[in-house]
Amino acid sequence: MERRGVIEQQEDQGRKRTPWRLPGTLRIPGRFAATPGQVAAIAVLIGAALLSFLPLYWMVITALQQPTLTVQLPPEWFPKAPTWQNFAELFGRPLLGRWTLNSLIVAGGITLAQLFFSTMAGYAFAKKRFLGRGFLFWLYIGSMMVPAQVTLIPLYILMSRLHLISTYWGLMLPSIAGPFGVFLMKQFMQSLPSELIDAGRIDGCSEWGIYARIILPLAKPAMAVLGIFTFVGEWNEFLWPLVITNTSEMRTLQVGLALLQDEMPMAWGVIMAGATYAAIPMVIVFLSFQRYFLKGLTVGALKG
Amino acid sequence: MAAFWQRLWKDRWAYFFLAPSLLLFLVFFLGPVLWSAYLSFLDYQVFSTRWVGLENYRRLAADPVFWLALRNTFLYTLGVVPLWLLKALIVAALIFPFARPIQTFFKSAFYLPHVTSAVIISLIWLWIFNPPFGLLNYLLSMVGLPKVAWLGDTRTALASLILMQVIMGGGSTIVMITAAMGSIPAHLFEAAYLDGATRVQAFLWVTVPLLRPTLLYLVVMGTISSFQVFTNIYLMTEGGPQFATMTIVYLIYDTAFKQFQFGPASALGVVLFLVIFAFALVQYRFLGSEVEY
Repeated sequence: MERRGVIEQQEDQGRKRTPWRLPGTLRIPGRFAATPGQVAAIAVLIGAALLSFLPLYWMVITALQQPTLTVQLPPEWFPKAPTWQNFAELFGRPLLGRWTLNSLIVAGGITLAQLFFSTMAGYAFAKKRFLGRGFLFWLYIGSMMVPAQVTLIPLYILMSRLHLISTYWGLMLPSIAGPFGVFLMKQFMQSLPSELIDAGRIDGCSEWGIYARIILPLAKPAMAVLGIFTFVGEWNEFLWPLVITNTSEMRTLQVGLALLQDEMPMAWGVIMAGATYAAIPMVIVFLSFQRYFLKGLTVGALKG
Repeated sequence: MAAFWQRLWKDRWAYFFLAPSLLLFLVFFLGPVLWSAYLSFLDYQVFSTRWVGLENYRRLAADPVFWLALRNTFLYTLGVVPLWLLKALIVAALIFPFARPIQTFFKSAFYLPHVTSAVIISLIWLWIFNPPFGLLNYLLSMVGLPKVAWLGDTRTALASLILMQVIMGGGSTIVMITAAMGSIPAHLFEAAYLDGATRVQAFLWVTVPLLRPTLLYLVVMGTISSFQVFTNIYLMTEGGPQFATMTIVYLIYDTAFKQFQFGPASALGVVLFLVIFAFALVQYRFLGSEVEY
């Protein structure tokens, strides 16, 4: 079964804890002696990955294709004469820059506010004992089960009474109030040693100082996770921005893009250019913070 | 009483740190949730709001579109969640034996569609499903099959949306399942192999049962998010053709912001919450039991 080389086996024994592997499998890359099973596994994986990647590829290809060739059959898998024409038309639209700015302000503002308020509340729940602690935390947890659409109508009425429709505050406030960040921060801060807080107090640190100078620096990994996920989630948010904005100037990029499709229904090249434009920032965020995405999800998730 | 105030005063810093978040949470989350339940008993008009008791619910029960929306939401969830999970389990099982770099490569590849928004995914697939010029019908014609109307046909519209969601989704699920697989102790597998288990048997009878807490979490989360499907419907079908893709959340949007009937729309929201809550309870019952190793 095992077709590993002697040296590799020795290497494995040399390591303290060999990661578990299915018998008969080899690490790749290494010495290439893949079993037929492995080759089949890789083939299936590549097939499945290509399947979910193909639509994104098709978006970019359509965006770069000449408008007249978009609807020809058979389609060109690799455009022979790619063009920026669709992007030029997209950027020529009057409000694209404003929508991008709105998305940046809204997603960025929500992220900063979430980080600030969640770390404070998370710290209180994790490290302080106070009257009502159990009940209040139960409220936060319980409300994570409530679908956001339930609050849609009351929030809309509330915002209209506060005259916040089509404003940045109206766009941001409901998402800042979401309970998930508090939960995540509480879970993480619980694992920080309380001795540090005691030490800080003995050294004469104020309560605010303990939070700002001891807890916050230690919570950076969790803050990175919360920040990245919040930013991506809010950049991609659709329903609330759709409902709460009624002027073209205040639309976010996602809403603008959706309405672009109404305005020019058959211009697939321009629409795909818009989709590509809106996707690129998130792809960049993903590639730069890849390890947070591939690990961060398990922070605060159920353990066993 | 004095002791009570003393206690509050002693805890003042805790309340100080909690206050900003709690205030926002009460005003913009918990308050609206309760208000929504109240609204569902009202005939809400800007100038003349009156209490109508269960009238909104009675009207819902008599509305065939509501039952269609409920049925479609169930079918959509029943289609998406199991397929999604099956795909993620298979991919995770195939990825897991490989070395770190290969694992990371495939995890990233499957995760990438996950950071692109529902709006973008919907627009792309609207183009792919396009009957005369779309990619999918072209691929069908290459193998000699006739063109399909996909989103335009009552028989295929909902299935098309499920297909799209299954192909594009599952990225975070794969990441969570591989992480959970990594925490299963190796000696359990050694024992299974010593007893003569094949790889497939070991996967089915060791890995899957031990993944139960993770799978439960993913089923509940997947169900909740599938029940809330909206953006795809809004952009791709608007609930049509002939209500074939009408779902609860789209109906909420349509009732509230196209017909401006806030009372009935709030009743729909309450129903959505109750359905999700009931589903989660049942899932905990069936999949819940503790796993120890």
